[in-house]
Formats: sequence, C-alpha cells, structure tokens
Amino acid sequence: MNKNLRTRCIVIGAVTLVSLIFMFGPWNKEKNYTRTASDFFSPSKLKKNLGENIRLGLDLKGGTHLVAQVQADDYIKAITEGNRQKAVDTLKKGNIAFTDVKVPTNGQLVVETADDKAQSQIKDKLQADFGPDWDVTTRSNPYQVAFNLKTSSADRLRKEATEQERTIIEQRINAFGVAEPVVQLRGREEDHQILIQMPGIDDPERVKRLIQGDAKLEFRAVVPPAQLYPTKEAAEATIQGQGDKEAMEVTEPRAGRAPLQGWYVVEKTPVITGNELRNAQGVPAQTGAGYNVAFSLKPTGAEKFSTWTGANIGNLLAIALNDKIKSAPSIKGQISDNGVIEGSFTKEEADDLGLVLRSGALPAKIVYIEERTVGPSLGADSIRQGVTASIVGLTLVVLFMLFYYRLSGVNAVVALILNLLILLAGLAMFAATLTLPGIAGVILTIGMAVDSNVLIFERIREELRAGKIVTSAVDTGFAKALVTIIDTHVTTIVSAGFLYLFGTGPIRGFAVTLVIGLLANLFTAVYVSRTMFIWALNRGGRRAETISI
Amino acid sequence: MIEIFKHANYDFLGKKWLFIGLSWLLILAGAVSVAWRALDGNDNTHPFNLGVDFSGGTIVNVKFREKPDLGRLRAAIEQQGIEGPKITLQPVGDEIGQAPKNEVLVRLPNLVNVQRREGQSETSAQSTDSADIGKQKIRAALDTLTGSAVTQGKTDLNAVGRDSLKEALLTFDPLGLRAGGATQSAETRYGEIANRIIDYREKDRGGLIGSVDEVKNLSGIEPQLGDALSKNFYTSAAAIRGAGAVSPQIGAELRNRAIYVTFAACIGMLLFIAFRFKSWGFGIGAVIAVFHDVLITLGIFSITQLEIDLTVIAALLTLVGYSMNDTIVIFDRIREMMRTRRREGLEKLSNDAINQTLSRTIITSGLTFLTVVALVLFGGAVLKSFSWCLFIGIIIGTYSSIYIASPFMLWWEGRKGSKVVPAEAPAAASPAATQRLVSTAAAGGGQGRRNARKGKR
Repeated sequence: MNKNLRTRCIVIGAVTLVSLIFMFGPWNKEKNYTRTASDFFSPSKLKKNLGENIRLGLDLKGGTHLVAQVQADDYIKAITEGNRQKAVDTLKKGNIAFTDVKVPTNGQLVVETADDKAQSQIKDKLQADFGPDWDVTTRSNPYQVAFNLKTSSADRLRKEATEQERTIIEQRINAFGVAEPVVQLRGREEDHQILIQMPGIDDPERVKRLIQGDAKLEFRAVVPPAQLYPTKEAAEATIQGQGDKEAMEVTEPRAGRAPLQGWYVVEKTPVITGNELRNAQGVPAQTGAGYNVAFSLKPTGAEKFSTWTGANIGNLLAIALNDKIKSAPSIKGQISDNGVIEGSFTKEEADDLGLVLRSGALPAKIVYIEERTVGPSLGADSIRQGVTASIVGLTLVVLFMLFYYRLSGVNAVVALILNLLILLAGLAMFAATLTLPGIAGVILTIGMAVDSNVLIFERIREELRAGKIVTSAVDTGFAKALVTIIDTHVTTIVSAGFLYLFGTGPIRGFAVTLVIGLLANLFTAVYVSRTMFIWALNRGGRRAETISI
Repeated sequence: MIEIFKHANYDFLGKKWLFIGLSWLLILAGAVSVAWRALDGNDNTHPFNLGVDFSGGTIVNVKFREKPDLGRLRAAIEQQGIEGPKITLQPVGDEIGQAPKNEVLVRLPNLVNVQRREGQSETSAQSTDSADIGKQKIRAALDTLTGSAVTQGKTDLNAVGRDSLKEALLTFDPLGLRAGGATQSAETRYGEIANRIIDYREKDRGGLIGSVDEVKNLSGIEPQLGDALSKNFYTSAAAIRGAGAVSPQIGAELRNRAIYVTFAACIGMLLFIAFRFKSWGFGIGAVIAVFHDVLITLGIFSITQLEIDLTVIAALLTLVGYSMNDTIVIFDRIREMMRTRRREGLEKLSNDAINQTLSRTIITSGLTFLTVVALVLFGGAVLKSFSWCLFIGIIIGTYSSIYIASPFMLWWEGRKGSKVVPAEAPAAASPAATQRLVSTAAAGGGQGRRNARKGKR
C-alpha cells in the first residue's frame, strides 16, 4: 500500500472512530452517574447513549413553547398610580393647598390647586419625592403643576420590569422541576417578550397558571367583636364611615362539612403582607386529608407579627388570599415567626401556592402571545414518520446508485453512510437540536450528497469516453468536478445561513442539519471517494486497466 | 456502463421562446388564482392558505375514541360563538400499517384582541387576550360534545400530566397509602403508578385511553386501584394531542421576516455568483431563474390552497439553494468551455454545456426527487406542505436552470457587449476566417490563440 493511501486510510479511520465515540459514548449523563465499562460496550447501553446524545427538539420530544408578553405599560400605570397616592399624602402632610391630583395618561400627573402661590411649593416638594425620573413643568396656567415621566426613564422602567419578570418566571419554573428549561428575553427590546420552553412538560395549563399566578397574601385583623355577617351589606352597615375598615368575604373550607361562608369586617391595613414571608411551602395536613401551606417570616415581619399577636390574644386573624379570606383562626398565644395557612388544599394547590408566595409578585401582568404544545405521543409519531421516510429515501437512492454506477456505486454508498455518520456525530458534538424539519434536512442531505458523487462519476465517464486512460480519467474527473462541488455547496450553505437567521426552533434545526451535512459531504464525497478509487485502482500492486463505473 | 443521454445534442436554446412562453403561462395562472381569490368579495377565500404561523389563530390536533362526526363537532364549536365558515376541520390521514387514527386538525382564525397605540407597529402592539382563547373554546366544545363528567369533580385521565396525576392520586389516596403519615413512600409509589399510566396512555394508546377499566389490568399496578380510580377519575372521549396558538403580532412578525429573508437570500446569491463568474450576466440569469421558481411554486400553492406554514419557507429557501446549484453546474461548464472554445459564440457554448451536463442534471434531480417522494409518502401530516413544496420546486427548478437561466444570461451578455464573447458567433458566419484562425493557432501553439484574440491574422 503506498504511503499516500495509508495516510488517507488513517485519517478516514480516525474520523470514523471519533464520530462513533461522539455518537455512542456516555457523555450526557446526570451529574452523579458513575460510568462503568458496560456503558462503552453493551448494545442496549449504547442505544441509550445515542438517545441521550442527540438532543431532540420540542416537536419530537414533546413539550411546551410559550412566548409571554409583559404588559409593561401596566407597570408604568402602577407606578403612576403609586405616585399619585404619594403626592396626595405628601401634600396633605405638608399642608400645601391643592384641589386634585389627576392622571390624564400613563406617566403623567397633574396637580391642580386653587391657590396660585402654592405652585412653587408643590413643585419643589413633589419633585424631591418623585426623583430624577420625572420632569416637572409649571405650565402657563398658574393653577396647575404637571409632572411627566421622562421617555428614557419610562423605557428603562419597562425594560427593568421585563427583566424582573424573566427572573421570577425562571425561579418558578426551576422550582417546578423542568429538565433543561429555557427562559430568555426575545425579540427587540421594545417588544417585552419572554420565551419559555419546557421540554417534556405535558401539562402546559398548570405551568401557565403557575407562572401567571399572582398571590396577594395579607393578614388582616378582624375587628372585634368578630362576627360573621350573612351579607356584605350587613357587614358594611357596621362600618359607617370609618375609612380604615372594610368588609371582606370569607370562604373557609371545613373537612366533611360545607364551607364556612359569610363576611367579616376587617381592618384595611394588613398586619403582614406576602412580601414579609421568608419561606412558604405545602405540607400535609396534620389532621385529615388535604394539604396546608406552612410559612415563616422575615425578621421585620416576625417582629410585627409577634407584637400584634401578643396584643390580640383571643381575637381573630383573617388570612386573605387575593382579597378573599381563606381562614380566620383565633389567636391562642403569641406567634413569632411561623405559622400555617389551612385551606384544605390539594397537594398541587398547596405546592403551587407556596411557590408563588416564595418567589414574590410579578411586577406586571403577562399575556401569552404564542403557544405551541406537542404531546409525547405526537412527538413519537413524528419521529417514526421521519425515520421511515429517511430509510425509504436512503434505500431508493442506494438501489439506484448500485444499478447505474455498479461498483463505483458501492463507493458512493459507502461515502454516503459515512456522511450520515459524521452528520449525526456533528449534531451530538455541537449539542445541536434535531427537529422534524431537521430529519427532512437529513433526507435532503442524502440527495445532495449523492449529487456530488454523480458529478464526479459523470465527469469520469466523459473522460473515459474521450479516450483517457483510467487513472487519468479518475484524476481529471475529481479535479474538474471539485470546483463545481465547492460552488454548489457554498450556495446551499449560504441559503441555509439565511434560514438560520430567520428561523426559530424547528427551522433552525433544519438549517443546522443541512449545513453540517453539507460540510461532512465535502469531506466524504471528495476525500473518502478518492481514497476508495485509489485503493481500487492500485489493488494487487498493479495499475488497473478498467474500472466499473 | 448504462448511460442515458450518452451523446445528447438537443437544441435547447433554439426553442427557448416556446418554453419562456410556457413559463409566463404558469406564472399567469398563479397570478390569476391569487387575484381571483383576493378580489372576489368573499371573506372566506384567501389568495393563499396561510397557516397559523402567518395569519395568527389556533390549530389543535384532537384524537377521538371513535371516528368523529365532523358535522357535530363543527356544531359544537359554533356553539362557542365562532362562525361556521371560519372553522376548518381536517381529518388526519391514517398511516400505513398503523391503527386508524380518528384524529382531526381543528383550525380557528384569530380571536385575539390587539391594541395598538398610535404609530405603534403591528408587531409591537399589545395583546389584551391570551393566544390560547381558541384552544379553550375547542376544549369547551369537546366537553359539551363528549358530555364529559367534568362537573362531578373528577380528573380526566386523558388530559392530566404526569405530575398532576401523581398529586391527584396523593390527594385522593385511593390505596390509603398516606395512613399513619407515610407521605414519603406514598409519594414515591404514586409517582410510579402515575408514570405507568401515562406511559401506557402515550406509548400504547397514542394519547387516548378508552376507559378507566383499561387501567385496572395494567401490569405493575395493584388490582384494587382500578376500582378506586373510578371514584375520582374518568376518561374523556377526546384528547388534545398537540396545539398551536399564534397571536396576530407574532404572525405579522413571522410574515415580515419570511419575506425579508427570501429577498436577502436571493440578493446574497446574486452577489456570490457575480463574484464567482466575474460578470453580472451569470448572476442575473441565476437569480431570475430562482425568482421564476418561487413565483410558480407560490402560484401552485395558491391554486391548490395547500397550507403555507413556516416549514414551507424552509422548503422555499432550500429550493433557492437547489435551483442555484443546478444553474451553477451549467454555468461552470460554460465557463470551462469559454477557456478553449471562446470563438464559437456563447449561445452555442451554452447549448453544448447544457447537453453535456444533461446526464448529471437529470440524475441528480431524479435522486433528490426520489428522496422527496419518500417524504411525501411517509413524512406525515406535519411535513406535508414542506414535502409538496420541494416536490414541485425540484421539477420547476431543474426546468428553469435549462430554459430560464441560460437565455437570460445570454440576453444580458449579448446586450452589453461585455468582455464575454457576443451572442452571435462570427465564426459561424465566416468559415474562411475560422480556417485561418485554426492554422495560425496550430502554428503558434498556445501563443497562436492569444494572437488570434488580439486580432492578428
């Protein structure tokens, strides 16, 4: 075997071996998996490794893809409203004359006053309060002071809200236990969109509820003497103008009996809010079925709680979730920093509630603008169909090549098989995702790979027809076809590049598969085929006279 | 050797006007279809059947226990407040060698409310509704259709996820495993049971369990569980296997990107080919061929109303690359021939090039075509539009490389009087001149050729 041929064989052998290792080696195991020898050799383990090394897209594995749009404008609205409240309080405390604080649009506040000399007072006081994000203008009208949120500040605030939401959503999803989730900002900055991908999740509704879940938790003191009123009106009748109390509905589930319904009169200002929770989680109920939420408080909250409970032994404490009282136990002793919310929850409800309470409230509402769910059986169907189509396509092509080019056809088939091997190894190596269009890309690669061989073989046939001797015909065939092969591969790779730029998920999978396949093809159709010809022509140590093509 | 087109010598370019005319006819047919459907005043016919990816809307894959009655299904959905003609019901074809699927693809148009501020673009407008309204309505319609026992507080085994099933089992505790506070072991056991049931549903039953009784006899599950299950669980007669919901903003975004990218890809190709062949004529010829392919393919999509979804864009861009390939092979051959046979005139060279590469062109197209046929037959519903797009495109693409690319290239080069030889060959007109050229060339070897070009006689 001449030296050139030997080098070539070593290179090809090395590439094949590396490809096989990438495909079948136990690389993608969990952290505490101990590898044994059988991982490298036993057929069932190897098959399992292959399944783990090739990452499957959502359309093949099943899972959920969501795009959430953060209603960032609502965030601005909340800030504006908050500032309005602050303005009213500050002006009152400072005894500055004003008639009204209006909100004409988001990000705008107008303070109206009957006293035109108060204008500068209002301006200075509130400017200090609102901070550098707000511009103040004292318009031509001396009875008004207008505050505008700067556009740059508004944009910054919206961006912050979106990023904060992303973090909270990620926390909630991680706690849910999704394998390899994706939570990232998407699109242009002004779109305020978050992409959420959860492979293997077959219950998107629950996850959406979880992400969206806003739990407003408040502990409110029930005004003594605590009495359960049958209707809202009856409860409100006792308030009579006391601005610091309000009526709230009670629905307290009781095991084995109908839930307790009615209305309590509670104080408006909460003793503790959800922000002061340090931890919350679902725990099984001590008595009977069902689950509860156990919580613990942060130090400041614990202090407040302890003081209050100490002073209110015998009174009721209403635990309100989203402005509805879930339970109102009576205080039996001073409680410092932990307690239990009893509500006969199911395990799912208790766990989800605990999670939502732990992660804090979302700054703004989110709306799902894109949702794609693939059930696991649908994904399995797609895999089966894709693989069948690949095998049929491959068989047809192989049969034709053997028939039309005879032994050289074998050459092309071997190059093709190696091409597919390198393609799959490439996918595993780059951790690229295989999608259903990606499988179609593999099928197309088969067609295009064979194209290169056809180009070469047709050229060789032409040279043979023109009377050249066999070795010269092969050499010239390869040389002349190479230019065209490179041209055609580059153009297809360029169009795949555009596809990658444009596409999301499945389309990107297609582009990546196509590109890896074409690059692998440059190697197999040119280098490997050539090597096989060299071997065939120099077999037995003498130069061949004819060639089967 | 078995050979086709051994010594092909067809006069392709002589008949070019016939085929250019044919192309115009095809493009016209497509244009007529688009115009007709757009302008006929009927809201329910569209020039193109845009998939939910581009038009927004909902598409849901529903599997039924028995073959579904489409009329009743449509009526049930209409009851949810959606106009009849806007609902599209498409049964999913059965696969060869598999049990009948009893599946229907339900498509609904956009039901989402979008609010746009003044001057805000379509893509950054804010949705006030979630994109999955359509899915909720379909679910509600299915519930009324199948008379699901939802109101009795039971859990649907056909709609529940793994974790939810485990937790429902834990809450109801049908085997009494939680007695005595043994929650940890109960959780593990119920987790295993939930996995077993869900695996059975997905792998063995394609996503739909027929009845709770089926679960009773599953291996690996305590027999007494089966009876306890009926108290808290049921199986609905319809299950949603997959869904897609796209709001109008995302639809608009994808539409725009699709158009930009197709144009960008074509311009990119044009520049690349002009660079490689060092002349604009080749680039323009190739790009016009590609435009021609895309136009005719889209025209056929309009006529047949095949759904245009994201994968179709992938197929179109693949076609662009593929059509370029074919054209490049021919142009490469022309370029090669120009080195030795310049004087023969570009038209003759082109014709010869096409003939010489005919064998390769037909075989490669044929092979790629074979693989696409495999896709069309076995690729399934998801890839249907993709496969057909490639099917049509490969035929048209091969045809255009021969009949569209070369004539345009010739026309461009001929017009400009560029550094490439003019279209009409002087050699053909004057045999005497040819002879003199040949003898000079023979005398001077390579030098003679250069002398001949400089015009020396």
